[in-house]
Amino acid sequence: MAATSDATVDPTDGATRRDAVEWRPSRGKVGVASLIAMESFFFGTFIVAFLFYIGKDVHGPTGATALDVGPVIVWSICLLSSSATVVAAVKALARGAKAAFEFWMGATLLLGGAFVYGTAVEWRGLMLDHELFISTNLFGSTYYGLVGFHAFHVVLGLLALGMIWTLSKLGHLRAVDAEKVELVSWYWHFVDVVWIFVFTSVYLFGTGIL
Amino acid sequence: MTTLPTTPAETVADRRAEPLSARLHLWAITVDHKRLGIMYVLSGLVFFLVGGLEASAMRAQLARPGNDLVSPEVFNQLFTMHGTTMVFLVGMPVLLGMGNYLIPLMIGARDMAFPRLNAFGFWLFLFGGLLLYYSYIGAQGLYGTSAAPDVGWFAYAPLTDRTFSRGNSTDYWILGIMVSGFGSIATGANLVATILCMRCRGMTLMRMPLMAWMMLVVGVLVLTALGPLTAAQVMLLFDRNLGAHFFDPQEGGSAILWQHFFWFFGHPEVYILILPAFGFVSEIVPTFSRKVIFGYPLMVAATVGIGFISLSVWAHHMFAVGLGPVLDAFFSAMTFMIAVPTGIKIFNWIGTMWGGRIRFASPMLFATGFVAMFVIGGLTGIMLAMVPFDWQVSDSYFVVGHFHYVLFGGTIFAIFGALHYWYPKAVGRMLNETIAKWSFWLLFAGFNLTFFPMHISGLLGMPRRIYTFQPDRGLELWNLLSTAGVPLQAAGVLLIVWNLLRSHRKGAIAGNDPWDAWTLEWATTSPPPEHNFDEPPTVGSRRPLWDLKHPEDPDGRYE
Amino acid sequence: MTVLAVGAVAAPVAAAATQTADATSSEICDPTSGLPLPSIPSMFEPASPPAADIEALTWLLLGICAAIFVVVQAALVHAIVKYRAGRAAVDRDGVPGEPRQVYGSNPVELAWTVIPIVIVFVLAMTSVRLIRDIERTSPPEGALAVTVIGHQWWWEYRYPELGIVTANELVVPANRPVWLELHSADVNHSWWVPQLSGKKDCIPGHTNVLWFEAERPGVFLGQCAEYCGTQHANMLLRVEARDDAGFDAWVRGQQSPPASDDDEEVLRGREVFLALACQACHDIAGVSEGAFGPNLTHLMSRSTIGAGVAPLDRDTLRQWIDDPQTLKPGCNMPSLELDDAQLDAVVAYLATLR
Repeated sequence: MAATSDATVDPTDGATRRDAVEWRPSRGKVGVASLIAMESFFFGTFIVAFLFYIGKDVHGPTGATALDVGPVIVWSICLLSSSATVVAAVKALARGAKAAFEFWMGATLLLGGAFVYGTAVEWRGLMLDHELFISTNLFGSTYYGLVGFHAFHVVLGLLALGMIWTLSKLGHLRAVDAEKVELVSWYWHFVDVVWIFVFTSVYLFGTGIL
Repeated sequence: MTTLPTTPAETVADRRAEPLSARLHLWAITVDHKRLGIMYVLSGLVFFLVGGLEASAMRAQLARPGNDLVSPEVFNQLFTMHGTTMVFLVGMPVLLGMGNYLIPLMIGARDMAFPRLNAFGFWLFLFGGLLLYYSYIGAQGLYGTSAAPDVGWFAYAPLTDRTFSRGNSTDYWILGIMVSGFGSIATGANLVATILCMRCRGMTLMRMPLMAWMMLVVGVLVLTALGPLTAAQVMLLFDRNLGAHFFDPQEGGSAILWQHFFWFFGHPEVYILILPAFGFVSEIVPTFSRKVIFGYPLMVAATVGIGFISLSVWAHHMFAVGLGPVLDAFFSAMTFMIAVPTGIKIFNWIGTMWGGRIRFASPMLFATGFVAMFVIGGLTGIMLAMVPFDWQVSDSYFVVGHFHYVLFGGTIFAIFGALHYWYPKAVGRMLNETIAKWSFWLLFAGFNLTFFPMHISGLLGMPRRIYTFQPDRGLELWNLLSTAGVPLQAAGVLLIVWNLLRSHRKGAIAGNDPWDAWTLEWATTSPPPEHNFDEPPTVGSRRPLWDLKHPEDPDGRYE
Repeated sequence: MTVLAVGAVAAPVAAAATQTADATSSEICDPTSGLPLPSIPSMFEPASPPAADIEALTWLLLGICAAIFVVVQAALVHAIVKYRAGRAAVDRDGVPGEPRQVYGSNPVELAWTVIPIVIVFVLAMTSVRLIRDIERTSPPEGALAVTVIGHQWWWEYRYPELGIVTANELVVPANRPVWLELHSADVNHSWWVPQLSGKKDCIPGHTNVLWFEAERPGVFLGQCAEYCGTQHANMLLRVEARDDAGFDAWVRGQQSPPASDDDEEVLRGREVFLALACQACHDIAGVSEGAFGPNLTHLMSRSTIGAGVAPLDRDTLRQWIDDPQTLKPGCNMPSLELDDAQLDAVVAYLATLR
C-alpha cells in the first residue's frame, strides 16, 4: 500500500511529519508461505497414516518385502540437488543473466523429471512384480497415497517451472520477475523437504532399516 | 466530525438504471472484496434457512416419543445435512465473508491481498455447497432412490465404508465439503496475507482492531485444520472408490484414526467458528458502551493463546473411545486450559461495559445476548472436559445443548449482531430498530426454550442422533419444550430476513458513521466506493476515529 | 434477563425430575422378571460404584459451574442495569459527552487470569484422579467376564466362562463386579447404561473394557450412544441384575438345551425354520449355526424383541417374523413373506425355546 506522498498529517496531533514508508511483508511471500503451511499439514496427515499402519497389514506385500531402497537413493539425490540448481537459477535471474538462468532452470527441470521417471519405474515394478495396488493392503493404500501425492506435487512444480522456462525462452521474463520466480522456487524447496520426510518414513521406517 | 472524508459514491440511482442482467453480470465477475463479502453472507443466510428447516423437521419428529412424521432414514439425513450445512455452509462462509468485507476496510486497505483468489474461493464454496445439496436429487442411495448423506457430519468410519453406506451419498458429502474446503483455504491464506501485508500506514499489529487479530488467528487455523481434513477425506474417497483400506478394520485399518484426523480438524474448526464472533463482539461492545476495549493486549494474547491451545484439545471428543487414562488426562487438562483465555475475553467485555454509558441498540442487544449465552456454553464445556462426567453425557443431548449455546447462542447471535451493526455500512441504510428488537427477543426466548431443556434430557440419558426416543424415561416434557421453542426462533429469523429485505429500500439513510464508532470502516462512505478510501488512511492509534473526534485527548497517549 | 431465571432453576429442575422418579420407582416392577424398575433410569439414580462416583462428581461440577455462572451473569446484569445510557452517572473527568476511557488495569486483569487458572487446575486434578479411580485396565477380583459385541442394531453377549451366548439382555449377578470386553462386528456403537457406568464405545478392530457392579437386584436400561446407522435409536440396552439364586437359575437354564416338544405344529415350525433363510442367520443350539442375527437358543427367556423395540410375547413375535420392518423399519432382517400356516408354525416352534 503506497501512500500518496511521504508527508502525512498525523491525526493524533494534527502535525505534519515525514515518516519512512512502513515495512510490510510481501503478500506473495506470505501467500506462498500460507500455502506451504497448509500443504505441510496435508502431507503430515498422510505421513502419520503411513507410520501408524507400519506392521499392521494382515497380509503382504509390505515395505520390507517389496521396496528396493537403492535406486530410490539415486532418484532422491536428483530431486534434492534440483533445490540447489533452482537457487542458482533464481540468483542468475536476479542479476539479469538470462542464459545462466535458462541453463540452471533447465537443469532443475531435468533433475525433477528424472525423479518422476524414477517413481514411475518403481511403481511399474511394484505393480508387475509384487502385484501391489492401492487396494491390495494397508501398505499399498498408504504407500500409493503418500508417494503418489508427493509425485503429484512434483509434477505440479515441474509444470510451474516449465512455464517459467518457456516464458524466459519467449523473452517474457525480466529481472523484476525474480521475486515471482523465487516464490515458485520456495514451493519447489518445499516439495524437496517433504520428500526427506517421505523418504525417511517410507524407505527407512517402512522397510525396517530404522 | 467535519474532518471525516466524504466521498460521493456512485449513486444508487445510477446502478438501478442498468438492466438486471448487466447488474447480475457485475456480481458474477466481481473481484471486489465488498461484493464477494456480501455474496458470502447472502449465500450463507440462504443455507441457514435451509439448515433451519432441517432442524425444525427434526424437532417436529421429536415432539413426542414414537412419532412417525419422518422415517428413520430421512431423520438421519436431516441431522447429517443440518450439521454439515451449519458448519460448512453457514458458519464458515458467513464469518469468512464478514471478514472479507470488513478486514480491508478496518485496516485501511484497498482490497484483499489476492482479489482474484478471493473470487475463486467464494465460487468454490458456493458450488461445493450446491454439490452437497445436489445429492438430494442426484445421489443414488440405499434403496435406489435419491438420497442425501446420512453418516453424520463427522462421518465416522467404518459407517462410511461401502459395506455400510451403499450408493454414493457419502461421496457427495466428501466432495461437496472438500470443494468448499478448498475455497476456505484460499480465503484463509488471503486473510493472513491481507492482515500482514495490506495494513495502512501507522497500523502496527498492536494497533489493529481486535477483529483483525481474531481473523488473523482464524486464517492460520483454517490453514492448519483443513489440510488434515482434506487428506482424511481423500483417504476416505480412495477407500470408497479405489478399494483402499485406510479406515477398513477388516484389513487392519483403524476406525479410530479417522476420528483423530477428523477432530484434529474438528476442534480448531470450533474456534474458527467462534473467534470471528469474538471479533464482532469486541467491536460492538466498545462502540455501544462508549468505552475503549478493556485490556487490548490481554485480549490479543488470549486470542493467540486460544489459537495455539485449540490445536491440542481434539481428543476431548473421544473420551468414550477408550484412549486410555494417560491420553484422557492430557486432553482433559488441555481442555480445561483453554477455558482460561476464553474466560479472559468474557471478563474483558464485561470490563468494557463497566463504567460505560451503554446504548442498547440492536447490535448491542445481540452482543450482550452473545456474552450471556456464551457463558453458559463455556461452562458446560468445562463440565464436559471432566472426563468421568463426559463418559456419562458424551454423545447425549447435553452435548447438543452445550454446542448450540456456543455456536447458536454464541456464533449466530454474534453474526446477527454484526449484521445489524455493519448493514448500514454495506447498504447505506439503517435496519428498522423496532423489528430488530422484536427479532432479538423472539430469538432469545425461542433459543433458550429449545436448547436449555436439551441439557436436562441429556442428563436424563437421551443420546444424540436418535430418530425417536423411549416413552418410559422421563424425556417427554423436555423434548416437547425443545420443540415448542422452534416457532419462536423461526419467527425471529424470518423477522430478521424481512428487516434485511425491506430496509434495503425503505431504511433511513445511514450516513458514514451512524453509530458514532471509532474504527476505519466508518471513515468512508456507506456503502464504500469500490476503492474503499480516496486517500490511503494513516492511523496513529487503535481508534483512529476517536482521535479525529477528540483531538484534545487522543488514544495514542494511553496505548 | 430471562437467562438468569432459566439458568438458576435448571439444576433444581433436574433434581426435581429425578426426585419424582424416586418417589415412584419402588412401585414399578418389570412384568417379566418381577425386578424393580426405575421410572427414570438416569445417572442420578446410580446403582454401581462408577456411576455413583460420577453422580457425586456431577453435583460438584454443577455447583462450581453454577457459582461461576451466577457471579459472571450478576456482573453482566449489574453492568447492563447500572451503566445504561441515561441511567449512568455523568463522569466529569472524561471527554465531554463520553464516559471515562479505561484502557485496562493490570491488577484486575491479572486477577481474572489467575483465579480461573486456579479453578481449572483444581478441576483438572480432580479429573485426573477420578479417571484413575474409574478407568480400570484389569478386571476387579472375582469379576464375571462378559464379551459384548455390537451389531447393527442389536447386542450380542457371550459369557466365556459359562459357555453362554445370548442377545440384547445382559443378565448379571448383583453385588459381583462385571467385566465387559467391548467389540463391534460392523460399525461403531457405544454401550451406555447410565445407572451402572459411563459409556464406552464398541469399535471394530479395537477392544475396550468397562466394569460395573450392580449394588442391588434390578433392571437397568440404556441404549446405544454412538450413531450406528438407520436404527441407532432402537438399539436399546437392558441389564438384569439378579440375586445369586436367581442368577444361578438363569445360568442353568441357558446352559441346558432348549426343551424339546413333540407337538406336530412345533415340529413343522422347526422344519420351516430350517428350510427357509432363518437358519442362515440365527443360531439355535443343536439346530442351526447362523451367526449374523441374534442367538435364539433361549429366545423366550428374554422379555423384549428387536433389541428392546417391543415386549416379547406371541403376538409381537408373530408380527416380527411376518415383517420386522413394521416394528423396526430399516433393520437388517427381511420379511420372508411366510403364509399364515407357516407363521403359526414358526411362532409355535420359537415359543418353545425357553
